[in-house]
Amino acid sequence: MTSTTLTSLLFVLAPVERAFDAFVGLFGDAACAAGRATVGGVFCEGYMQLALLAGVGVGVVAPLVGTFLVHRRLALVGDTLAHAAFAGVALGLFVGSAYEVAVSPEVSALVVAVLAALGIQTLVERTDAAGDVAMAIVLSGAFALGTVLMSLGSGGLSVSIHQYLFGSLVLVDRASVGLLAVLVAVVVGTVALTYRSLVFVTFDETAARVAGVPVRRYERLLAVLTALVVVAAMQILGVILVAAMLVVPVAAATQVASSFRSSLALSVVAAELAVVAGLVVSYYAGTQGSGTVVLLAIGVFCLAAGAARLPPLGVRARVRSRLGQRDGPRTR
Amino acid sequence: MSVVALDGVTFGYGDRPVVEDVSLTIESGEFVGLVGPNGSGKSTLVALALGLARPDSGTAELFGTPAHRHGDGTRVGYVAQQSTRQASEMPVTVREAVRMGRYPHVRWRFGEDDRAAVAAAFDRVGVADLADRKVAELSGGQRQRVFIARALASEADLLVLDEPAVGVDAESRTAFYDLLDRLNDEGITVLLVEHDIGVVTTRTDRVVCIDCRLQFDGDTAAFAESDALSRAYGPDHRPLEHSHGAGHAHESPREESS
Repeated sequence: MTSTTLTSLLFVLAPVERAFDAFVGLFGDAACAAGRATVGGVFCEGYMQLALLAGVGVGVVAPLVGTFLVHRRLALVGDTLAHAAFAGVALGLFVGSAYEVAVSPEVSALVVAVLAALGIQTLVERTDAAGDVAMAIVLSGAFALGTVLMSLGSGGLSVSIHQYLFGSLVLVDRASVGLLAVLVAVVVGTVALTYRSLVFVTFDETAARVAGVPVRRYERLLAVLTALVVVAAMQILGVILVAAMLVVPVAAATQVASSFRSSLALSVVAAELAVVAGLVVSYYAGTQGSGTVVLLAIGVFCLAAGAARLPPLGVRARVRSRLGQRDGPRTR
Repeated sequence: MSVVALDGVTFGYGDRPVVEDVSLTIESGEFVGLVGPNGSGKSTLVALALGLARPDSGTAELFGTPAHRHGDGTRVGYVAQQSTRQASEMPVTVREAVRMGRYPHVRWRFGEDDRAAVAAAFDRVGVADLADRKVAELSGGQRQRVFIARALASEADLLVLDEPAVGVDAESRTAFYDLLDRLNDEGITVLLVEHDIGVVTTRTDRVVCIDCRLQFDGDTAAFAESDALSRAYGPDHRPLEHSHGAGHAHESPREESS
């Protein structure tokens, strides 16, 4: 199944597809106009408009899910599922080349990542393996599977897989943006519907259990949502860097947030800043897109960490005024 | 109908029983202290009573239904030993934490009733002035009061507290136990797991002492007269007197932990 076929399936209803096309067109025009007014014509190129649209979507869902992962000390889940997605991509490309069956690497990545997410939970629940051990087993196992499949395929396989390892702005197409839009809608909708339970389970798992919240079900849900985000972000960030967007903007927001709700909002703002600035810098400087985005996200984290260590404005004013009083007015 | 009813409950890991053949009931309005040496199975017994673990044999009921199937999160409030790691790291405000107590009641939107219940819980526990502070910034005593407020917001009629005052300073500790006394006077059933035997003998109506098996279950005065302490803690047990309040005494700890 190719990406185009998938899009056709997803957009069975022609009006939905037309509305999507119209939205992409409007978004592109707005991005071009906003870009021209500020940073130049970077977003007037068609492929940069699609990359921006994909990046904005990733900038919403990655920190949204990452917030719950980071505070449950499950930041490694993102990396693990990214490696599982890599195995999925390799599997899709291998099946495609060996059996001449059209398989979308995104769809095979999605299936393998979701299965890996459920596999980690099962390993933790059914064996004595601690969470990080289960993740290490799945992470290395998936990467091993991916490399074996690559060695079995033809040389072209490793060339194709390179774009999924490191991400590629140029290769983001309408079909993958369509898939990403569906994933974003599913993730945002699910988090909105289950927000209270996710917060309770994250903050105090035992109290949530006593309050009748089915904790294991929400743990599985969070793992599956992470798999969706990883696959959504894979095309522009690559499997190696995708986990950064789950973690770094959340870490930045946690430095300065005054409440959990504000930390969610600020983490999305931090991610969007990194995505937009990263795309602009990579376009003009000719640098690798995903690496630039992640480096800028780390820059945002450093700024937030610095800002959090400054005393509040009122305190600073009081200190200044006290210092002024101690020094006293200069006498001639 | 009893609030908690355990009948011949046994639970263990592998061949090693942690709780063996324990039977007890807690009735509405009681203030029960659960004591025992480290590793005696106190926390496991609480987990069995709340349905967080299922007994290997025997039955555990909560409000008349099998504890593991009891899904009514509106009746039980749980306060753990000195707050979780997340409580000291997550940017959650006191208001957000107390609102969590209402979550089992809320289907779609947080309504007027829910807001009123949260405000009432703030007033009852006296933490309204902390509402916009982050839980991570509070002292140990303030944090535990917030978690009591969360339990009250859920309109719980059973409060279960697992060594809630560990790491809390002496003054806050006294105020905290005064709050528990007041809530019990208002009709809330309290099950308090304590390592501080002085607290149990001065604050609770009834003492349950376990050391894997039930060693004592009766009123507080009888506990002080009984040999349950030496049976549970060993013949060398002597209370450790110290200065954080009259009549306070700790058990002589064992090496193993629960």
